[in-house]
Amino acid sequence: MTASSFIFYVLAAFILGSGLLAVTSRKLFRAAIYLLFSLIGIAGLYFWMNYEFIAAVQIVVYVGGIVVLIIFSIFLTHHVGAEMEQPNRLRMGFAALAAFLSFVFCALVISKNEFAIPDQAPVPLTVDRIGMQMLSLTEHGYILPFEVVSMLLLAAMIGCIVIAMKLPEKTS
Amino acid sequence: MEVTLNHILFLSTALFFIGVYGFLTRRNVITMLMAIELLLNSVNINFIAFNKYLYADKLDGVFFTLFLIAIAAAEASVAIAIIINIYRNYRSIDVDDVDSLKW
Repeated sequence: MTASSFIFYVLAAFILGSGLLAVTSRKLFRAAIYLLFSLIGIAGLYFWMNYEFIAAVQIVVYVGGIVVLIIFSIFLTHHVGAEMEQPNRLRMGFAALAAFLSFVFCALVISKNEFAIPDQAPVPLTVDRIGMQMLSLTEHGYILPFEVVSMLLLAAMIGCIVIAMKLPEKTS
Repeated sequence: MEVTLNHILFLSTALFFIGVYGFLTRRNVITMLMAIELLLNSVNINFIAFNKYLYADKLDGVFFTLFLIAIAAAEASVAIAIIINIYRNYRSIDVDDVDSLKW
């Protein structure tokens, strides 16, 4: 076993272990911290695949943005350290059965499939390639989705403000 | 043993179904949102793995991942605004307590 594959298995165990704890922990704040570790492990997987830019975006947006947002909302709505009640046994059993059987099915399909790996030298992913193609107007450019996503983010921002705004009490 | 594309696909499939399990068992809106984040991340791993192993000279998987991350951020912020509004109206964020539209 080479060092590279050893690092991959360690990362995979870290991601799956903390992901499993994030969905089973009964303390809400701890579940958020386990989710944070799982996302950092996924960023490590991107580093392992030599996609440093995606790993940086993953850390900045997920770890620095979404998890912090989730922790804020936990603090706004819960007492710290309060335990959630045990979910229904029957529902837990059926959910575990459904997830496990679907996993086995998908794993069988994947293990049957042989991908034709093309024999080519790896092209390094540089940030200037990403920037040039993302803002290019030619055939394989991504300028239109880029603009659509910027409109979506603006709409989401205004929508969040309107939804979470507290209307002043009418004094009449 | 060399790590192949299939190993990474096994990892992302396992992460996806961990997220599905969490989404089905949790009754708290915040933890359901966390399960959805796990699902989106497993999809991102798939995009990056296919881009690296099958189409290393192209960048389309990278762009799909970047746009997915942006959409996930928008989705999480809207979801948290809705959660805060629900908490203000019901004093609870359990999905079983929010049943005003049930007949």
